[in-house]
Amino acid sequence: MFRRSEQDKRPQVQIFVDGVAVAARQGDTVSAALLASGQDARRSTAVSGAPRLPYCMMGVCFDCLVTIDGVGNRQGCLVPVAEGMQIEIQKGKREIGR
Amino acid sequence: MTVAPKREDYDVVVIGAGPAGLAAAATSAEAGLSTLLLDENIGPGGQVFRAISSTPVTERSQLGADYWVGADLVQSLRASSAEVIHRATVWSLDRNLDVAVSIGGASAFVKARRVILATGALERPFPIPGWTLPGVMTAGAAQTMLKSSALVPDGRTVIAGQGPLLWLLAAQILRLGGRIDRILDTTGRRNYFAALPHAFAFLTSSYFTKGLSMMREVKAKVQVVSGVTELAGAGDGQLASVNYVAGGKRETIPVDLLLLHQGVVPNVNLAMSADVKHRWDDLQLCWSPVLDASGNSSVAGIAIAGDGAGIGGANAAVVRGRIAARAAVEALTPAAAAKLPAMAMLRADLARAERGRVFLDTLFRPSLQFRIPSGDTIVCRCEEVTAKDVLDSVAIGATGPNQLKAYRRTGMGPCQGRLCGLTVTELMAQARSKSPQEIGYYRLRAPVKPITLAELAAVPKSEDDVKAVVRG
Repeated sequence: MFRRSEQDKRPQVQIFVDGVAVAARQGDTVSAALLASGQDARRSTAVSGAPRLPYCMMGVCFDCLVTIDGVGNRQGCLVPVAEGMQIEIQKGKREIGR
Repeated sequence: MTVAPKREDYDVVVIGAGPAGLAAAATSAEAGLSTLLLDENIGPGGQVFRAISSTPVTERSQLGADYWVGADLVQSLRASSAEVIHRATVWSLDRNLDVAVSIGGASAFVKARRVILATGALERPFPIPGWTLPGVMTAGAAQTMLKSSALVPDGRTVIAGQGPLLWLLAAQILRLGGRIDRILDTTGRRNYFAALPHAFAFLTSSYFTKGLSMMREVKAKVQVVSGVTELAGAGDGQLASVNYVAGGKRETIPVDLLLLHQGVVPNVNLAMSADVKHRWDDLQLCWSPVLDASGNSSVAGIAIAGDGAGIGGANAAVVRGRIAARAAVEALTPAAAAKLPAMAMLRADLARAERGRVFLDTLFRPSLQFRIPSGDTIVCRCEEVTAKDVLDSVAIGATGPNQLKAYRRTGMGPCQGRLCGLTVTELMAQARSKSPQEIGYYRLRAPVKPITLAELAAVPKSEDDVKAVVRG
């Protein structure tokens, strides 16, 4: 859906999406890295289980909710990637204790 | 990154580091007031100057001269003594000017003598069939990715809607080598006539020549379909096609990415939760705070600057930020105000920046069918409530948005009505033959962004606080 412009010279940052290594760039938000990765990053909603991807990318819509380093319901569009970060595509509602 | 505020009290707390907040915080700090700027994003700039200090887009002309203005604002802020905290989510503001902010999973509390809200705007909901499908995003979302990560659409892409941002985004995507297959312009035909009386101010404003050359640039490369009167996305768990009607002719095209835009509206959640009085703006079709000429709201000590005060664009936002900050300086340390530009001068700047706005507002006033959905179209994205659900609730007695919460949970999901509130107000107003003003809006309360109970429980408590809630 999206590709990186060649002028982007930022250093790479390796993150893991459901255990698979993904090359992000320093300064990417988690949501941007997911959308650029080409992987299926669709979460499913807590209400009906419908698939969603980020809609607004500015902290408003909460369709970017994702589990980051074991913590659920994080707004992926507001969190910058970090080396070794573990991302899990969140299916349904946040689980107790995560 | 996860630094708590250095003090418990500030003269001025500014919330939001977009054009208005950057200008307000720099002005207030330069005048010698202790100033704290809290911002939810990773870096300064808000949406319009998103990633201004970090963008990987090095070809400056691709983002346009208007974008780089933001760098000067950031420089002024950094040269000032203002304390700035990013990734700081303000979740409560009250009449006592107590501010609660979540930083790195822990909450801090500060007290202000004046608060300047610069929480800006968000994109107007665009509730068409299929707008919740993966592959449908706002134009602003694509622009955010373009500015902060140099990402451009590369699948089959359609941009639909109306307004200046749509053309700017299209131009930027093309300059960065991205793909746009078609632009579907939803501007209502009648709007052109309605806007005509305001054309002179627009023609003599800075918007005109820039806007015209941008539209030419885009139209030379992309097929533009004007007069679009119906629009829907379709697909099974993923956007696959866009269906539209233009000039009475229906067409369906295969699409991977649909970017929607029909203007921006004030982000009212924090201001409303602090009890700031708002009124329905019938031209901009949104809630705007009731403010005096200095941006002061109905709550003593809270001023609002930037697009959160009513949509005026980035240039106006900067000036409104300076005006609100100057008013704060006048109120707290009148002697220091003499060092700042005179209020009369700032107001003249504002008038200049707002020139041509009425024309844009009238021309790009979104059509009824794109604001008030019907049938199975989702209104509340969080709780997955359809237009039919809302109308059924009205039929059995729901009178307004707050009653509707009890019927359908609209506005009670994590976005707290940001993506459905205007639609619910207008839909219920239409169904009940009332004005949006009469129907009203959700009663918003803190926390205005979700925080965990664990975070709340970890807040420092005095003995009195504990006694107030613990039995025995």
